[in-house]
Amino acid sequence: MQSMTVNGVLIDDTFAEAFGMRATAIIVTAPTMKWALEAARSMTGFATSVIGCGCEAAIDVELPPSETPDGRPGCRILIFAVSTDELQKQLLKRVGQCVLTSPGSACFAGLEGIEPLKLGAALRYFGDGWQISKKIGDRHYWRIPVMDGEFVCEATTGLTKSAVGGGNLLFLAGSHEQALAVAEAAAETMRKIAGVILPFPGGVVRSGSKVGSKYKGMTASTNDAYAPSLRGQVESALDANVNAVLEIVIDGETSEAVAAAMAAGLRTAIELGPERGALRVSAGNYGGKLGKFQYHLKDLLP
Amino acid sequence: MFTLVSEPPERLDLSPLTPHKLAGMGRPEIEKIKLGLSKRGLAVGDLFRVSGDVGETIVFEGGSSRFDGVGSGMGEGEIRVNGDAGAQAGCKMAGGTIVIEGSAGPHAGSGMSGGRLEITGSAGDFAGGPLAGEMAGMSGGVLIVRGRAGDQAGDRMRRGLLAILGGCGDYAGSRMIAGTLVVLGRAGHMPGYLLRRGTVLLDQLPESISPSFIESGKWDSAFAPLINRHLISEGILETPLLRKGTIRFCGDNAVLGKGEILVSAGG
Repeated sequence: MQSMTVNGVLIDDTFAEAFGMRATAIIVTAPTMKWALEAARSMTGFATSVIGCGCEAAIDVELPPSETPDGRPGCRILIFAVSTDELQKQLLKRVGQCVLTSPGSACFAGLEGIEPLKLGAALRYFGDGWQISKKIGDRHYWRIPVMDGEFVCEATTGLTKSAVGGGNLLFLAGSHEQALAVAEAAAETMRKIAGVILPFPGGVVRSGSKVGSKYKGMTASTNDAYAPSLRGQVESALDANVNAVLEIVIDGETSEAVAAAMAAGLRTAIELGPERGALRVSAGNYGGKLGKFQYHLKDLLP
Repeated sequence: MFTLVSEPPERLDLSPLTPHKLAGMGRPEIEKIKLGLSKRGLAVGDLFRVSGDVGETIVFEGGSSRFDGVGSGMGEGEIRVNGDAGAQAGCKMAGGTIVIEGSAGPHAGSGMSGGRLEITGSAGDFAGGPLAGEMAGMSGGVLIVRGRAGDQAGDRMRRGLLAILGGCGDYAGSRMIAGTLVVLGRAGHMPGYLLRRGTVLLDQLPESISPSFIESGKWDSAFAPLINRHLISEGILETPLLRKGTIRFCGDNAVLGKGEILVSAGG
């Protein structure tokens, strides 16, 4: 594999292979940012991978009162799934169990989209007949009576079919400390890109997977080519000086957002340099056989 | 532009004069349009001096309380009356804008389903309300009365926004089905009489509240800023209406009782 070295960091001449996904966004507000974040974190907590969680979700951006529909602090949450049906199911379950239940919360559409997904239109039944429908201009809200007052929830939010999931960067370093340092720094800059989430814990995944397994029924298993302790015994992608690899996976509202996030992460790794961070940056793909989107690292260099 | 020559001697039906209905007509054709309802057979040319071209906007220079049905059934475009209008202004309009720089008679905006009707002066009884025999009143759109409205404003309202800024008579929002009715300045007796659903927003206590409304106490909801912002962005109010300490009355419990009267603090 050809590669280039920038600021001492080896950049593989490879690409990340990503997939088309369905996505939506909501805005959750609350009396204080603390409570908006509680609701958001609860809702997006178990949403790291569509493989086992049904969806991938996280906070896109925190919003000051001046930028929310009701003038209270809030945040925008992005949710990604493989199908519209699953996305709709996950959206209702999570908002119903984690936002509806959260003190002082309100929930609004976060995306216009191409078609509506039910939000308050389905959750309204919790009001047991006392729910109130209000149309203001061309927006439709439901007010559901609850113990602390009313849960205001917009009737629908929008669906986009242009979302992309699975953009990624692999950081190969000499030690765990160095791998963590570059992953943390990259996650911080990548999070600042709008319309993008990093669904794994802290934005970073340590257990990158490959397709298939020796065990019947397991669709994914450890990415042995990048596991340093298996270096001698499998077809390893690692050379002698790499002792830890961490990955950042990116889901974006658009392909452009994913590319921008990958470029930001790449730039951070390069700036940090090989002594403090990554010796080498790579990306994961399936030979271009599974995903519609390809992000070549050499095109994303600063 | 239709410039009124003199006060009409009888009530006129101005419903043929909308931008859509006049599109493509030449001046001679327009002047022959019948507006009178009696054997006098009054036509446009007998009452108005017609000038300018037919476009998206029609202006009546000079109005009259005998101008009935201004902009009736209108779907697009703009009508401006520099003067008063009569009964049923904007009746069943579905879109577009009507501005009456004066007062309007009864049934202004009757059965409107869309668009915006703004009356800078006062409006008669049954603003937005249904005509005799109709099941529902306003079903959409925005009706603004900057002066005072008469009795039963928003009668049988189904949807939409009706805002009255100079007080109103009795039974505002009577038999309301849903929608939002805003009254600034004193509302008369028993607003929301037989209201099923819908919201009546007041900036002060009305003359009386029906005993079948039950106070549910101080009301604090994220809905308040949503309606406040909408009223400001629509150019209806300049400051937020619902403040902290707003009191809510649930009713009308004589019927379905899933509606409310919200009285803003300070009232």
